[in-house]
Amino acid sequence: MTYPIPLVPETSKPLPSLLEPEGLLSWVASVDHKQIGLMYLLASLAFFLVGGLEALLMRIQLGTPNNTFLSPAAYNQIFTMHGTTMIFLVVVPMLVGFATYLVPLMIGARDMAFPRLNAFSFWIFLFGGLLLYYSFIAGGAPDTGWFSYAPLSERAYSTSTGLDYWALGLLGVGVGTVAGGINLIVTILTRRIPGMNLRRVPLFVWMVLVNAFIILFALPPLNAALVMLLIDRLLNAHFFTPASGGSPLMWQHYFWAFGHPEVYIMILPAWGMISEVIPVFSRKPIFGYEFVAGSSVAIGFLSFAVYAHHMFTVGLGHPFDFAFSAASMLIAVPTGIKIFNWIATMWGGRIRFTTSMLFAASFLIMFTIGGITGVTFAIVPIDWQLTDSYYVVAHFHYVLFGGTLFAVFAGIYYWFPKMTGRLLSEKWGKWHFWLTLIGFNLTFFVQHILGIIGMARRAYTYPDLPGWGTMNMISTVGAFVMGLSVLVFIWNIIVSLRRGQPAGDNPWQAWTLEWATTSPPPVHNFDRLPPVRSRRPLWDLAHPENPDWKHGK
Amino acid sequence: MFNPVSSQAQSITNLFNLTMLIAAVILLLVTGLVLYVSFRYRARPGEGEPRQIFGHRNLEIAWTAAPAMLLAVLAGLTLHTMRLSDPSIPSQTQPDVVIVGHQWWWEVRYPKSGVVTANEIHLPVGQKLLAQIESADVIHSFWVPQLGRKMDAIPGHSNHLWLQTDQPGIYLGTCAEYCGTEHAWMRIRVIAQPPGDFEAWQQAQLQSPQIPSEGDAAKGAQIFQEKTCVVCHTNGIGPDLTHVGSRDTLAAGVLENTPTNMTKWLKNPQTVKPGSNMPNFNLSDAEIQALTAYLEASK
Repeated sequence: MTYPIPLVPETSKPLPSLLEPEGLLSWVASVDHKQIGLMYLLASLAFFLVGGLEALLMRIQLGTPNNTFLSPAAYNQIFTMHGTTMIFLVVVPMLVGFATYLVPLMIGARDMAFPRLNAFSFWIFLFGGLLLYYSFIAGGAPDTGWFSYAPLSERAYSTSTGLDYWALGLLGVGVGTVAGGINLIVTILTRRIPGMNLRRVPLFVWMVLVNAFIILFALPPLNAALVMLLIDRLLNAHFFTPASGGSPLMWQHYFWAFGHPEVYIMILPAWGMISEVIPVFSRKPIFGYEFVAGSSVAIGFLSFAVYAHHMFTVGLGHPFDFAFSAASMLIAVPTGIKIFNWIATMWGGRIRFTTSMLFAASFLIMFTIGGITGVTFAIVPIDWQLTDSYYVVAHFHYVLFGGTLFAVFAGIYYWFPKMTGRLLSEKWGKWHFWLTLIGFNLTFFVQHILGIIGMARRAYTYPDLPGWGTMNMISTVGAFVMGLSVLVFIWNIIVSLRRGQPAGDNPWQAWTLEWATTSPPPVHNFDRLPPVRSRRPLWDLAHPENPDWKHGK
Repeated sequence: MFNPVSSQAQSITNLFNLTMLIAAVILLLVTGLVLYVSFRYRARPGEGEPRQIFGHRNLEIAWTAAPAMLLAVLAGLTLHTMRLSDPSIPSQTQPDVVIVGHQWWWEVRYPKSGVVTANEIHLPVGQKLLAQIESADVIHSFWVPQLGRKMDAIPGHSNHLWLQTDQPGIYLGTCAEYCGTEHAWMRIRVIAQPPGDFEAWQQAQLQSPQIPSEGDAAKGAQIFQEKTCVVCHTNGIGPDLTHVGSRDTLAAGVLENTPTNMTKWLKNPQTVKPGSNMPNFNLSDAEIQALTAYLEASK
């Protein structure tokens, strides 16, 4: 008689290959935070390619005025899916993936606090994403934009099942995200090795902690609203239908009570990555650690007090508008502090311009553009003019692409060697960087002007007014340059995985604990850990003559 | 938004220009600093680690306080400009014009004179008109950048704003809140006229149009009744067509209003504006010719 052998990880092989027997099972059944983190990253990369393809289809349609490449119905489905995909299936899981992979390593833990919950979070997210995409087969994708305003999203106006899949899919993703947030909070608060108090954890961990708390409080309004929408659509209730006593504005309050904190959910871990990358490549500690961490906590609180700046044109009255306007301006202060701290970190350093650092340095400028245009939306009268125009589209792409994705690229080039044991090619990396920078600015800068001269967003086409065709064509060309940059990036990953230069434990001479183990780390993460007496344990080890703890850091 | 034609829009543009000036200075500062440190502190071979600096309290206070003060000034200007660009509305004031968003066209009513039209809003130059913005179905948003702020049209909830122009002309706008399939073709055309011309236009709109009693136009008038066109075009599903011949555009801005385009539209509305609520009636060429003659005569 034979007994089934329980699946135990092969400790000599940190990353099981899919080709070996039970290779697939050892990924699917894994509760290892590194494997789950990598699966998050791969899944979000796959969704990124799909969402990018959708963006290219939109840009083809918008390349010339009165174009008929896509029907309005197809365009509306594609822009809805592009937004929903990029926000819920790319940016958030990408950042959660990094957090899942890196946080236990950075705090010297063996795994997350709840490994099985961790696996659940990932699989329910993936299931939600696939459910969302299944809508294409099931009779039409959702077509009401990523924020699905009621009553357009009600059954009377959106008759396909797309919206039902949208709500159910996001509910799955939302539950996974909340579970992930709880897991990260508990891990960070309880799994740090002795010596690593909260004043010594890497800033990435700080940002993830704040982020996880925002997730915990911001996602429930969305999940609740999704359930109400589903009840409206499937059981003929009237939460958001005005004709029978419901309130369409209630949807907006719920949605943005989630939606604006979500913006910070999508940027905080990216700031954390920048706060790791810039010091290491500048060869200096982060400037003003307490201020960077403290300003993030401030942002965490303020992020809940600004949401109604998405609703200035609803007509809620001047006092209401101005209260949210003032809070939105206030949140710009802690954001600005960070930019100056990062520049001050570079000041007086010996900056190594690897691909990672190039992305990080250009992040500073791109994100500043997005931040400044963000302040213009806090100024109520300007918002009255420019909201829902292409100026908004330009603004949030500068924040989410120029900000978050530039930081994510910096992070990928920085941590890829740790995750795989091989460095990404710097040659292809530089191509990737320059194509991204040029393509991105070509695509989105002109959209500011298009918005100012009156082009509304979410329109599948536009009249042939002076300049509109030209500017849209520039934008479309830029989008294809970005498309090319993504191909270069994918190519870089493929060739570097096969023939990349072996990384060793610590290719960048970095200072945080994830670099104190092998690349990739063993299943149990660390054979032994250096003592943690400051924020940069590996600096202390390499520089016994001038350790940080002598300075009280 | 670059060429405001009302004092409300002008006040927003002034504030926007000032903000952009401040933004440019900040952006130049940040870009300059990043480029400066990038070139000045680039690593050179053979150098050791730089001096380790952990922070500077006074610098932190400085770059917290400076933006905070700047933003406080902007907040003051915001409050000021809010009053200028969206002047308060005395309660009990009756609206001069009611604008109702429909999927996907605008109904325009002048309750004081009784004029009803669609998609094209006539305004007398130099007078302040109180507009009431409503919606018949989903959320729309009324936006004519040269006139000033946009205002959402929300079902079950009326919003108000002042419309005013200082010079005659045609100002284009659009629905700014995504409202479904044909959101792109829900354009607004504001026609600002000297008060005399506006009065004449209103008078003309209140008269019944002169339809010839025989020929294509008369046949068209009959078809308009028989094919039940009249039902949707008076009950609010489609725009009122009593004076459609006097309008500049068709289908909320898709086509210029010409007999050729009218024929094209009637031939198959779904190729001109896919998804719109106007069905293809499979009209014969003769019927289309008659309807076109009738509608174009409806001035």
